[in-house]
Amino acid sequence: MMEIGLNHYLVLSTILFSIGLIGVMRRKNLLMLFFATEILLNSVNIGFAAISHYYGDLTGQMFAFFVIAIAASEVAVGLGLLIVWHKRHNNIDLDNMSTMKG
Amino acid sequence: MFEAISFYLFAFLTIAMFFITVTTSQALYALTALAAGMIFISAFFFILGADFLGAVQIVVYSGAVMALYAFGMMFFDTTRDLKEKQGNNFIIYGLSVVAAVLVVVIFAAPMVADGVPALYPIVEGIGNTQEVGIVLFTKYLIPFEVAAIMLLVAMVAGIVLAGKKMDLSLTMMSDAEVRDLKEDKNKKVLS
Amino acid sequence: MELFLYTALFSPLVGSLFASIFARKKKTLIAGIVPSILLGVSLISSTMLLIFVLASGQSVQVEMMTWMETGNLYIPFGFVVDQISVTMMMVVTVVSTVVHVYAIGYMSHDKAFNRFFVWLSAFVFSMMILVMSDNFAGLFIGWEGVGLCSWALIGFWYHKESATWAANEAFIMNRIADLGMLIGIFLVFWNTGTLQYAGAFEAMQTLDHGTLTMIGIFLFIGAMGKSAQFPLHTWLADAMEGPTPVSALIHAATMVTAGVYLVVRSNELYSLIPNVGLFIASLGAFVAIFAATMALVNRDIKRVIAYSTLSQLGYMFAAAGLGAYWVALFHLMAHAFFKALLFLGGGNVMHAMSDELDPFKMGGLGKTMKASMILMTLASVALAGLFPLAGFFSKDMILEAAFVEHHFIIYGVLLFTAGLTAFYSFRIIALIFHGEDRHTALGFHPHEAYPFMIKAMIPLAILAAIAGFARPYYFDMVTLVLPDTEYHIHSAATYWIMTIGTQLFVIAAIYFAYKKYMSSDIKVPDGTSDMENSFKYKLLINQYYIPYAYEEFLVKPYRALSAFFWRQIDQKVVDATVDGIAGIFYSTGESTRTMQSGNLSTMLKWMVTGLVILLSLAVVFGLAANYTNLGV
Repeated sequence: MMEIGLNHYLVLSTILFSIGLIGVMRRKNLLMLFFATEILLNSVNIGFAAISHYYGDLTGQMFAFFVIAIAASEVAVGLGLLIVWHKRHNNIDLDNMSTMKG
Repeated sequence: MFEAISFYLFAFLTIAMFFITVTTSQALYALTALAAGMIFISAFFFILGADFLGAVQIVVYSGAVMALYAFGMMFFDTTRDLKEKQGNNFIIYGLSVVAAVLVVVIFAAPMVADGVPALYPIVEGIGNTQEVGIVLFTKYLIPFEVAAIMLLVAMVAGIVLAGKKMDLSLTMMSDAEVRDLKEDKNKKVLS
Repeated sequence: MELFLYTALFSPLVGSLFASIFARKKKTLIAGIVPSILLGVSLISSTMLLIFVLASGQSVQVEMMTWMETGNLYIPFGFVVDQISVTMMMVVTVVSTVVHVYAIGYMSHDKAFNRFFVWLSAFVFSMMILVMSDNFAGLFIGWEGVGLCSWALIGFWYHKESATWAANEAFIMNRIADLGMLIGIFLVFWNTGTLQYAGAFEAMQTLDHGTLTMIGIFLFIGAMGKSAQFPLHTWLADAMEGPTPVSALIHAATMVTAGVYLVVRSNELYSLIPNVGLFIASLGAFVAIFAATMALVNRDIKRVIAYSTLSQLGYMFAAAGLGAYWVALFHLMAHAFFKALLFLGGGNVMHAMSDELDPFKMGGLGKTMKASMILMTLASVALAGLFPLAGFFSKDMILEAAFVEHHFIIYGVLLFTAGLTAFYSFRIIALIFHGEDRHTALGFHPHEAYPFMIKAMIPLAILAAIAGFARPYYFDMVTLVLPDTEYHIHSAATYWIMTIGTQLFVIAAIYFAYKKYMSSDIKVPDGTSDMENSFKYKLLINQYYIPYAYEEFLVKPYRALSAFFWRQIDQKVVDATVDGIAGIFYSTGESTRTMQSGNLSTMLKWMVTGLVILLSLAVVFGLAANYTNLGV
């Protein structure tokens, strides 16, 4: 318990990931969905950093670094699309976005 | 000892914050909790000795990304509660819990290999930032450049998607044309 | 010589294919003339082969190509023209050519004129394969081919229900017999390792008696079907539904003699198993008298002639069974000529009477149809076996063979049948051509057939008359390959008593027939006379109730069984299973279609579900891999 090992960090990462999954499945508002996606990405970052620390390898940190960069650009584009949608439909409710109905 | 205390403290805080983010019905609370969670995650990075990463987390995530989301919040009437559909909560929570359990089982089972040689080993003595810099600009140079292009593209996309009246280019027009444009606008306002 | 062989074999096929070009068109005369000409070519080739075989005593053998060569099994498409097959070839080609020319006239008012010649020539081709083949497999090909063409020709007027029924009956009965034949062929191959006649018969000399008996019996079962021996005989009478040229060619001269040909060809086998031979002879004698009795009362001229064919086939099998193979073949040849002539004459009568078949409605036709009368009388005299026509030489030989071999029961039966044969043949002749004119009152206006048809029948008449005198030459030729048993009756007195006695008996029967049926108070029987209601008459006219028995005890239960299998098993089990599988796919598709709802939340939920499934699979396989590794 006292000795924090790799497993502790991995369990933490898992818990955060599942919280992110809950958010992704539950939220009906597009912006809230984006928030949950951020949570997912961050949990993975923790996992990378932990593995990097316990294996003495810098690769994990590099990966986390690039994940942050990509997440940032994703937010930019995502918000741009959200704005366009809002301009057209005046709401961002997921239940209204069913044009890909099979 | 300190490590353990800080780990558990920040772990508890992070989980709480993120939980608030996904379950609250107030949009502003969600935003705030998310920002707080980001900060606490950077704490983890500092505990793990990834100083550069922790700093970047604060600057990029809690700084830039949260600011973007704050602008996104303008599309809300924040006095109203967020409407959630009557989803089957049991499925949602159940699935996530199961997923979590499975992943933990995978980690806990003796599947993790020992003695994996490190590809870019951490050298003691040099600071983390310096090390990251060395690796980033030598071994990871190409991904770095590609990421830079991607960020450029994302920026352009963001501007194009959100901007209005992009067909006129003020910088390319002469002064006389700009004056005409202003008069037209004024005329329209008056009439 | 090989060229003549191939010409004789393939000319009918070319004729058939030529006519098939016109098969679906209106009647074109050339579709009938060209096959007839090609059959003439085949006849000429067969004659050349006959001269060669007669002169040199050798046979012509070719192997056209290999059919099957797998493991120990080697079956070529091989043909042999030896003394037996050249005899058959002559018979087939002569009768076929005459029938083809006759049919041009007979079928001239028929819409499906062209189709007729397609099948007729195809039949001749199959028959040629049958008699010219040098192995059992080729024989079987020809066997099946003639069965098929016979089916198509019996059911030629396929809009008539009775015709299609008769065609199916013929084909199915043949098929049942073919099963026996196939088993026989399998046994031959299994025990001797080859299907070639030469090799198989040589190897059979060393086989044990039981196996040989089995082979002989099974091959004879095939012959029973094709030659309509009891109990597979009902199809022959019903086959008269086909046009008369078909009856003349197939059911008098060629197809039904294929069974006799098989037994004659397998003479080396049957010589080794005289018990089976005795059985064959007894069955032949039984069929002879059985058919003759049914012909006594029948009121359909074609049926009467069909029964007489059946009876004469019995004679042939009796001869073959007693070991007198050359006699059987000789009778086959002579019989083909006069029976075909008889059928063709009957065809003339039918045509004249607008397809009326009841002789009681005819009468006195001799005045208007002189040529047909003369030809039919000639044929009937030959059939009855009066000197000097062909029937005398062949039939008497059979009676002598039976007598010499001390099979007196068979002799007696065959002798009595000879008398019956004469009686019923001349009953028909008398009823049709002599006596009072009954037909004009019923509204018939008969006329003689076309002259060219009569001219086509004349060669058959000539052959029926003189073929008997060719017996010594025939004997010399054919005994090069057949056992040359000559039948000498020890005392000359017995011989002359037998011969003269037989002739007198036959003449008496003819006289009796004429006296009874030429009298002026013959009326059309309408079911009220005493004789018609007597038990004997009813038994005979219903063919001993055998077709009725077959229908009740074989056909109906089989049909019920088939219906059961169809409804209960095929529809409920097989179809249900297949449809069920398809249904499962449909329902699965329908139910999973809702996954594509377009709602992002739902799809995200499905994504997480998929993720959970994959994770659990990973756990399961990982644990399994771990534990098996540990176990190792």
